[in-house]
Amino acid sequence: MLSVSCLSALLLHTVCCLYIRFIFWLEILFIVAAPFSPSQIPLYTKCITRLKVILIFYILQGRTLILKDLKSHESLYLVCITQLERRMADAGNKESAPIGGDEFTNTELENNKNNTMVEEGSTLLRRMEISVAEAEKRTGKNTVNMQEIFTVYLIETRPIDAITEGHNPAPDSLWRRYSEFEILRNYLLVTYPFIVVPPLPEKRAEFVWHKLSADNMDPDFVERRRVGLENFLLRVASHSVLSNDKILYHFLTEEHRWKEVVHETGFQAKADSRIKALSATFRVKNPDKRFTEMKLYSDELQSLTSQLLRVRARVADRLYGVYKVHGNYGRVFSEWSALEKEMGDGLQSAGHHMDAYAASVDDMLEEEEHYADQLKEYLFYAEALRAVCRKHELTQYELETASSDLISKKQQREELATGMVRTFSFKGMTNKLFGQETPEQREAKLSLLEEQIVQGEETVTEKTVECEEYVKGAWVDMQRFKEQKDRDLREALIGYAVMQISMCKKGIQVWTNAKDCFHKM
Amino acid sequence: MFNASMPTSPGSMVNQCKFEEDEESDSKDIFITVDNPESHVTAIETFITYRVLTKTTRSEFDNSEYEVRRRYQDFLWLKGKLEDAHSTLIVHPLPEKFVVKGMVERFNGDFIETRRKALHKFLNRVADHPILSCSEDFKVFLSAQAWELTTYKKQGPGFLSRMGETVRAVANSVRGVKNRPEEFTAIQEYVEDFSNKIGSLDKVTQRIVKEQKEYLEELKEYGPTYTLWSGSEEELAEQLKGVAGCIERCCKETEEQVGHLSDTLVPVLHEYVLCAETLKAVLRRRDNIQAEFEAKNEALATKKVDRDALKEEIDKLEDRVEWANNALKGDWGRWQRSMRGDLKSAFLSTAEKNVDYYEKCLAVWETFLLSQRTEPSEETDRDNTP
Repeated sequence: MLSVSCLSALLLHTVCCLYIRFIFWLEILFIVAAPFSPSQIPLYTKCITRLKVILIFYILQGRTLILKDLKSHESLYLVCITQLERRMADAGNKESAPIGGDEFTNTELENNKNNTMVEEGSTLLRRMEISVAEAEKRTGKNTVNMQEIFTVYLIETRPIDAITEGHNPAPDSLWRRYSEFEILRNYLLVTYPFIVVPPLPEKRAEFVWHKLSADNMDPDFVERRRVGLENFLLRVASHSVLSNDKILYHFLTEEHRWKEVVHETGFQAKADSRIKALSATFRVKNPDKRFTEMKLYSDELQSLTSQLLRVRARVADRLYGVYKVHGNYGRVFSEWSALEKEMGDGLQSAGHHMDAYAASVDDMLEEEEHYADQLKEYLFYAEALRAVCRKHELTQYELETASSDLISKKQQREELATGMVRTFSFKGMTNKLFGQETPEQREAKLSLLEEQIVQGEETVTEKTVECEEYVKGAWVDMQRFKEQKDRDLREALIGYAVMQISMCKKGIQVWTNAKDCFHKM
Repeated sequence: MFNASMPTSPGSMVNQCKFEEDEESDSKDIFITVDNPESHVTAIETFITYRVLTKTTRSEFDNSEYEVRRRYQDFLWLKGKLEDAHSTLIVHPLPEKFVVKGMVERFNGDFIETRRKALHKFLNRVADHPILSCSEDFKVFLSAQAWELTTYKKQGPGFLSRMGETVRAVANSVRGVKNRPEEFTAIQEYVEDFSNKIGSLDKVTQRIVKEQKEYLEELKEYGPTYTLWSGSEEELAEQLKGVAGCIERCCKETEEQVGHLSDTLVPVLHEYVLCAETLKAVLRRRDNIQAEFEAKNEALATKKVDRDALKEEIDKLEDRVEWANNALKGDWGRWQRSMRGDLKSAFLSTAEKNVDYYEKCLAVWETFLLSQRTEPSEETDRDNTP
């Protein structure tokens, strides 16, 4: 039995949380709905502070009551704060756009496109038809020698000129499983770190609403994965840079030995360690601002799409409930119609329409899954985008490290040459204590340093070039990605509207029919 | 048509009243509205009164217009009197005494409004009924001032005599009826089944309302997610805001649709759940009347009593049975017609509202789509997949 004080504390807590949540959504509405003007900066500053306080409140709470909210809302708070700060920065600095491209004029961009991109006509997709036609279950032994069931996908390819010549040859085909796709993608990620590599469909079903099975063997899931894998291959094969990769070609055309070949490239060794990447993110001093912005954007994209997918799944779940309950009408009307003489016919047919209404939701929601998949693709793309930005930070950090190493070596040389100790050093101290070294030792050290400096200068030059080329290549691909994203998502939204329209039309039809039946009652 | 000035005995009433096939609305000579709930606070209790406004051309009323205030207890009293006087007529049910949730609910705005509508319907049904509307109690209810009504209520059979009646009724119901006419058995079976079906419909409809409200809750969070996203995008911001706007408008329509369901279909189904109970009670009362007659009849055959006196009593009871049966038969057809009418119009209204709802949502999304298609077209060459 809870005591009265416990209950009242719980009540107070719930009320506070509801209030906080209410305030939060009010702030959000204010931020995103109101047109921004610089005069409102003081107000917005207050908003930021308040949002940060709310965030801290939530973090300090740590109670299970809030925890589920915290998970989904925390990232949103951060998104809001980021958006707000960006708007304030814009107001103060009107010239720069949030995701700037100012450093590249249009002609430069064109030139870069020509340099880094092969002509459109030669992407793989132009030369070859690719599809993932089927999926099948197989059994086999896994790495720990246990029986497992897995799904394989049939990749079919056909050279286009064979088709256009009027023949219709059978496509070449081979079977691949999901894990092989993963290896291919990892290879591409390591080999082309400046490219936003298209993502694979999800490994496990997420954002599931109750009807969808979270089971990887579920036929609907397998089918959607098949479509996703095909989409992945088509995107890769139509990318101007990625499509020329030999490993990709091998993956598509030769079943055997592909794994060995890809491992022989040694790509796994080239992968950057997570720790290295993370430390670079924290310690880099002068990353390209555009990349920092892009990274922030990728975080936002990830939070926003995942929130959207979550809410959409809940809405779908509820809608499913509404439709299915109407099926009960069908049953009861049918039973009731047996009792009534005059109303019987009308009721009976109305009942059938109610059954049809309840059944119609299955197809509609299955179609909506396609929309969710499109959003999911960009949820995963956000990750790829972030990876490109991180790689930049890493290369920049390596350049900065090499430069600072070089500077310190030059400093050491100077010190050694002039005998002046600029800064406190262990060497300086030991010199004072134990006397200076001999001229021979000094000469040896000096020549070593000279060698190191020469090497260092080479490294710095190398790294500078590497960094610059990376920035150029990555920026171009990020722009390409941005355009693709805008196009695809726009299409997805239009598709969503079309689905809603179709759903409304079906609803009108069913209820008009039901109305006619009721008339006959 | 029935003339109130003629001498009224139960038998003659039945003979004179015709149960019209269709109640012509131009022959309606009495209009009643129940509105304007007001709270009254006394030392002992707080209660709500409703204004009952009557406009009539009937001759048995002295005036053509009456305005009185009545509380729920008064309605209960009226119903009781009507049922006593006409035990086998079907009186439209009153809204329930209280909602299970508790005392606070009585003064909740929605509850009062729902009750008001139900009371309005109750009085109008009584007014439409050819026999019940001629009741003196009904006339007093509509016309008497508060203190007059209190005085009137005090008349009539005392507490003890009512007790006696109740005991008799219980005794009869225990005895059971032996030779129930076939048609009443059929009616009873129908009422049983009907009661089940209407109860199911009531539950299904309430479940739909609940699911729809939960859907609405989620939908309200869905729109803002798109708005939030639009803050991070440039090219897509317009479309995202557009989608958010569409969802918000659909939210409003959904809210309206749920409201309509709650206001139109739910109360009607609930009323007929209560009706089913009323019907069961009416059938029981009819059975009791017959049981009493049968009991006395048996006594005539078996017991050594004053045969003449008993015979007279039996004749009266036989009359009573016949009258009760005829009243019920007539009213049964009438009830079925009004049930069909009520339920048909409630379901029809619901279907119409649903069509309207979908049409409005359709318009919202089509407008959005149109706005997308008229924008300057994007570049046509695409590298990647549909």
